[in-house]
Amino acid sequence: MLNRTELTRASALKNVLKSRYPQLAVMVVMLAGYLFAILAGFIGTPVGSHNFSIVFVWIAWWAVLILVAVPFLGRGWCAVCPIPLPGEWIQRGAVLDPPGSRPRGLNLRWPKALRNIWLQNASFLLLALFSSILLTSPTTTAIVLSAMLFAAIGLSMVFERRTFCRYLCPVGGFIGLYSQTAPIELRIKEKQVCVTCEGKPCYSANMLRSGVGSQSGYGCPWDVFPGGLTKSTYCGLCMECLRTCPHDNIALNRRPFGADLAAPTKRLDESFKTFIMLGSAMVYAAILLGPWGSLKDAAYNVGSGGWFLYGAGFLGFILVLLPGLFAAILLPLSGRRPLKQRFAAFSTSLIPLGLMFWVAFSLSFVLTNASYILGSLSDPLGLGWNLFGTAALAWQPVLTAILAPAQTLALVGGLVWSGRTARKTSAIAGGSPVPVIGFSLVATLVMLWLLL
Amino acid sequence: MKRSELVSRILITMAVLGAIAVPILFWVRTPLIHARVPEDGGWIPDALRAQVGVPLRLRLTSDDVLHGFSVGQMRMEAVDVLPGSVTEVSLMFEQPGTYTFYCTRQCGPNHWRMRGTIEVTGGSTTQDAPSAPLYVSLDLDLDAPHDSAAVPGEKPSAARGEQLAASLPIDRSIDYYRSHSPYQAFADLEDTSLTAAQRWDVVASLWGSNTAPEALARGGDLYAQNCAACHGETGAGDGVFADDLVAAGEASAQAMAGAHDMTMQAPVILADPATTLGASPALLQGKILRGGMGTGMPMWGSIFTEDQIWDLVAYIYSLHFSYH
Repeated sequence: MLNRTELTRASALKNVLKSRYPQLAVMVVMLAGYLFAILAGFIGTPVGSHNFSIVFVWIAWWAVLILVAVPFLGRGWCAVCPIPLPGEWIQRGAVLDPPGSRPRGLNLRWPKALRNIWLQNASFLLLALFSSILLTSPTTTAIVLSAMLFAAIGLSMVFERRTFCRYLCPVGGFIGLYSQTAPIELRIKEKQVCVTCEGKPCYSANMLRSGVGSQSGYGCPWDVFPGGLTKSTYCGLCMECLRTCPHDNIALNRRPFGADLAAPTKRLDESFKTFIMLGSAMVYAAILLGPWGSLKDAAYNVGSGGWFLYGAGFLGFILVLLPGLFAAILLPLSGRRPLKQRFAAFSTSLIPLGLMFWVAFSLSFVLTNASYILGSLSDPLGLGWNLFGTAALAWQPVLTAILAPAQTLALVGGLVWSGRTARKTSAIAGGSPVPVIGFSLVATLVMLWLLL
Repeated sequence: MKRSELVSRILITMAVLGAIAVPILFWVRTPLIHARVPEDGGWIPDALRAQVGVPLRLRLTSDDVLHGFSVGQMRMEAVDVLPGSVTEVSLMFEQPGTYTFYCTRQCGPNHWRMRGTIEVTGGSTTQDAPSAPLYVSLDLDLDAPHDSAAVPGEKPSAARGEQLAASLPIDRSIDYYRSHSPYQAFADLEDTSLTAAQRWDVVASLWGSNTAPEALARGGDLYAQNCAACHGETGAGDGVFADDLVAAGEASAQAMAGAHDMTMQAPVILADPATTLGASPALLQGKILRGGMGTGMPMWGSIFTEDQIWDLVAYIYSLHFSYH
């Protein structure tokens, strides 16, 4: 393939990825950290800036996720996320061993009507409505982390594969969306090899259902047939297919940024995900970084009249105003396709814009609050410990000199990237890209005004 | 089960236990005293025990805003209790008794409610029985109206009054000072040939002669730290929490007899001469010591020493008299 470099040609990397041990080791460390974050949320200090659950989840993890993992590795985080782990172990009845002969749990197929990301859109919005207390209250964070863990375990007992990751995880939805822009992908090498492959163990070696399969691994936990992969959206980079493929036909490739965006989406659930992420970045910037005290109060006082107004405004802006405006600018365009299809297709061009909105917004609060990380490392529960001698470090914003230039660069870069994507989309979906570029420009100007 | 599977399961179990059990173990062994605004619980726990002569080591943390910690009737510097951080304090008690620890930072409208007790036992020293405060000896009704029937037109000067008083038979004793209001002293001068303004100057000199500059300074510090948040920096009744006390109004009524008098109310305007010049030091001592019984005025008797209360009283009068 053009512009692709197969990274798994390096045998050292390939061996690391094929072996279960390195991934398992990282995941277990992540699981320990996740459980500790839950514990810290429940028994540690209620002061968020001194509690591991807030500092390590919403500052450290978020920074790594949105500034590094998603832009450069796509679903790289999903590859080591600990949330599905306990459920998967129970489902498989094993940590390392190959699939057994007897299925555990009910292993039902996920209902067809729900095989989309509408539930993920809803779960993200649900958390987003409570984000102000979620980001500051350790107990709330611990409750949400626990709920996600138990939901993943429960779903693993009833449904096959990683149902929680694929259809419910509030984080997984946007990671999948933005993984289309990442310069990394898992793909097959030769299509014909997959076509003629008997049994297709990369997908069907799910012993829990069939009782047969490869001794080297499980069928795709993400319910994706690697042979049909054209986008990275739903590939969790778990590397299971790399282990199960009997023909060595799976490759991890380096590719150009935004490669998946060349093929516009046709799905409205994915389109709305784009608007949810774009709009929520703008609303968060207004609430957390803006000068409007009454807006901040409304967002923080969950359950108050002001909060209900804020919630209605938040949902209205994201689900009605933004998509409505976008549809309105597409309406006059002549095109070969109906409005719904053009709406979905052109929303693809907003994916890089949204990602850069999140990068720019996250830079603000990550650089502002990063100094809490060292303090929390030494005293994660706020009990007066000083494990590494850094407990008493004073709060100090870091790299403030580069903040505004970096944010501007990210936003302008996102606008350019979005414009280029719109041009490519227009070649496929028909119509001029200019209105979409205009939409992106106005959104970028608003974001610049909010952040700078 | 393969050996690798078994080893993995053991390692995973250890990791999970390490992430949960070990922190819980240390958490249980790290008792803290939590400080929260009174609406959310105040000091938790709020009843401590100690032994005479045995250091009491406390580890304090705030769960919300900045608080302070000090123990009443003791010579100790207040310490700050910061949100999410731990402050360590070591206390040594020389006398048995019940001590009151309290918040020294204005953490909210109910800040004054944020108190706890330390029950100190043991020790061979026998305690002197406390003597009744002066307002009790004088049988003063702390809640009776005491407005001054006359007020000075301008701020009375102790220096001017000193010259005028030289030829007058004035009782400058501390007993007279503490048991009379400035207005009573003013009235006692009615038979002299002095004008009203001159009589107020003489009263100022009388009050000044019972007010040491050091006592005034200590009283000023106490006032700024403990009183200004409600009574205002200048005694104008406009402290940062004054509005909150008024707003609490009827909602703060306590379920006891005379409930209409037991609601939070606007702080007394100490800068109003009619109010303050009609009160004797003994009366002010009683009001500070007992508190306002539900009005929002704290009970300071368990916190301030007797000397501190007299210092505070002296400072309050200095709002009305010029001693220089």
